[in-house]
Order: sequence, then structure tokens, then C-alpha cells
Amino acid sequence: MNINLTLIGQSLAFLVFVWFCMKFIWPPLMNALEERKKNIADGLAAAERGRKEHELSEKRAAEVIKEAKGKAADIIAGAERRGAEIVEEAKTDAKIEGERIITAAQTEIEQEINRARETLRGELAALATAGAEQILGKEVDADAHREMLDELAAQL
Amino acid sequence: MASEKLTSTEYIKHHLTNLTFGQHPDGSWGFAHNAQEIKEMGFWAIHVDTMIWSFLLGGLFIWLFGKAARRATADTPSGLLNFVEWVVEFIDDNVRGSFSAKNDLIAPLALTLFVWILLMNCMDLVPVDWIPWATQQVMHHVFGADPHHVYMKVVTTTDVNATFGMSLSVFVLTLYYSFKIKGPIGFASELTMQPFSAKNPILKIIFMPINLFLEGIGLISKPVSLSLRLFGNLFAGEMIFILIALLYSGGLFWGLMGGFLQWGWAVFHILIVLLQAFIFMVLTVVYLEMAHHEH
Repeated sequence: MNINLTLIGQSLAFLVFVWFCMKFIWPPLMNALEERKKNIADGLAAAERGRKEHELSEKRAAEVIKEAKGKAADIIAGAERRGAEIVEEAKTDAKIEGERIITAAQTEIEQEINRARETLRGELAALATAGAEQILGKEVDADAHREMLDELAAQL
Repeated sequence: MASEKLTSTEYIKHHLTNLTFGQHPDGSWGFAHNAQEIKEMGFWAIHVDTMIWSFLLGGLFIWLFGKAARRATADTPSGLLNFVEWVVEFIDDNVRGSFSAKNDLIAPLALTLFVWILLMNCMDLVPVDWIPWATQQVMHHVFGADPHHVYMKVVTTTDVNATFGMSLSVFVLTLYYSFKIKGPIGFASELTMQPFSAKNPILKIIFMPINLFLEGIGLISKPVSLSLRLFGNLFAGEMIFILIALLYSGGLFWGLMGGFLQWGWAVFHILIVLLQAFIFMVLTVVYLEMAHHEH
């Protein structure tokens, strides 16, 4: 229990250590701690923001997909309708074309028939003339009996 | 053991004597050879062992924490930095809890006090004879000193100079901040206007000396109790370690008994070592808080 110079020495040593601690130890450590605290807070905030953004973009993506699905359905429906229309058109066209072809064919047939009928009439006239010649024994003057022959031919 | 040629009393006394350098009554300077010479040296003597160990341990604190402070980054801490930050945060929490004013000195002061006192207290856990014996051997063989006159008190906080050194520094800081924050008049009125106060001016003046006496005792008792609490706890602890160490010279049974006791006491003492450092630190912060606020 001797109080002596050590008291002063210890006080000085203590103050020196405190001073050193205050100048060189405490501030950098506290700064580091503060900075880390801030970093962590920032990181957490960023994570939260990211989470929200992710949620938002997911929602948006879902909307886009829904919209796209709707559009696709529309397009498919339109295409189906268009296809049906095309088929209908084609059917109508084909019907018209068929009718046209049939009409043309019938016309041609009629023409053929008429032509054949004309030919037959001519031939029959000739035959009739020849028959008449044979019956009469003499030549029939075609020019002289033209009128009569034509009338005959028309009657056949 | 050093006790071979000593009586128990001498052994204990030897352990409780500081290695003192000072001026002998005849005017020459040198190390004191016994307690009597230390007494004769009076105030102008210095406890070399106290100074060396407190500097070594303070230096250890500065070196360790300074190293961590240089490495301090906001990245993931590891190893030493992790530990140091843990201690720093612990102190910071405590200071924030009991100190409300803004003062950049308080937290580093508390950190220094806590770690320094803890380190000095921890020297208590080193077996009591190791370092004094090693010192005696070195002094004897290198300098030719008589080992009986080579003292080495390792636990700095068992030297009342060391504890008073810290508590008086804290006391000076308390006074300084009291004056600075409250002003001379505010501080004086705090010392004279309470606990007894009256509306009547005459009564007020009568109460003044009583108040000053009471508050003065309160003021002075703070540094005294602060340092003596630490000193007393550690001195008593060290004393018990020394008494236990005496058992080693009592044969096998007492030696084993001593070993067991020393281990047990050391385990218990870890608590005291930590607790006393913590109490000193917390009370210092509280006293400084009181200096910053009118109450």
C-alpha cells in the first residue's frame, strides 16, 4: 500500500493508452462496423426490391402470356373461319364451274345432234333422190326439183 | 520453490512486495532490497514491475486492437477482427446503454479500461511463482543480484497505485466534464444546493455547508471506491493463490490438495477477473454520464 510515483506513471500510461485507442483503434473499427451495417441494410433492401421486382415481372409475364394465349386463340379461330370460308368459296366455284362445263357440254351435244341431224337430212334427201331416180328410172334434175327436195328434207 | 529458505510469512511478504526503484535516504538511487527500504523511499519511488507489466499488457491491447483496426473492413470479418469487433460492440452497447450524451472519448475510454484491466487481472491466473521465480533466476545469474531481494509482483491491479492511477484519471475527467458541461456555477450549485434545499434564502445558506459536506463525500468516495474495489478483489484473490501455493511445500498430500485448490480457485477467479474489469468500466461510464447531466 505504498502510494508513490507509480501512481503518476500509471495515470500517464492510462491516458496514453486511452488517447491511442481513441485516435487509432476506435474510429476505424466503428467505421467498419457502421459501413458493414449499412452494406447489410442496403443488401437487404436490394434483396427486398429484387423480390418485389421479381413478383411484378412474374405478374407481368403472366399477363403477357394470357394476352398471347388470347391472341393465339383469336388467330386460330380467324384462321378456321377463313378456312371454312375458303372451302365454301371453293365449293361454290366448283359448282358454278361444273354447271358451266355441263351447260357447255349440253350445248355442244345439241350442236352435234343438230349437225348430225342436218347431215342425216342431207343424206336422206340424197337417198330419197337416188331412190326416186331408181323408181322413176331417170335422172332427177336436182336443180329442177330443188324446191321439192328441200321441202322433203325439211320434213324429215 | 522460493519458500524453501523462507518462512511462510516471509514467502507471502516477498510475493506482496513490488520491485521498487527509488532514492534511498542516503541520496543514492537504486532498487529497494526490502519493504523497509521501500517505506523509507517515500513518494519518490516507482514500482518497476507494475510499470513493466501494465505497459506490456497495455501494449498487447494496443497492438492487438490496432492490428484489427488497420485490417478493419466492411467485408466479412474473420479471426482476430471478428473477436475484436465482438469486444468493441459489447463495449459500445454498454456505453450506449448508460451514456446518453455525445462524447467521442467515452467509448474508447471504456474499451481501454475494460481490456486493460482484464488483461492485468488475468495475470492473476498465472501460477504465482512462475514469473517471480524466472525473474529471480535471470537477475541472479545475469546481474548477480541476491534472489531474496528480487521482487516481482505480476498482477498490476493488486498494486493500489495502478488502480488509483486509473480511478484518479477518471475522477479528473469527471471534474473536467462537470465544469465544462454545467459550468462552475452549475457544478457548485450541484454540490451545495442538494440534497437539502429550501425556498427560504437564510435556510439555503445554512444548508450549504451541510450539502457541500455530503456531496463532497459522495464525490470523493467515487474514485476511492472505484479503485479500492478492484484492488481489494484482486489483492484478496492473489493472496489466496499465494496461500494455496504455500501448500506445495507441505508434502505430496498437501501438494495435490494445493493443485486441486489452485485449479478451483482459478476457475472461480476467472469470473472475478472479468466481473471486476466490467464493473470498473461500467462505473466509469456511469460517473462520466453523471458529469454530463444535471441531476
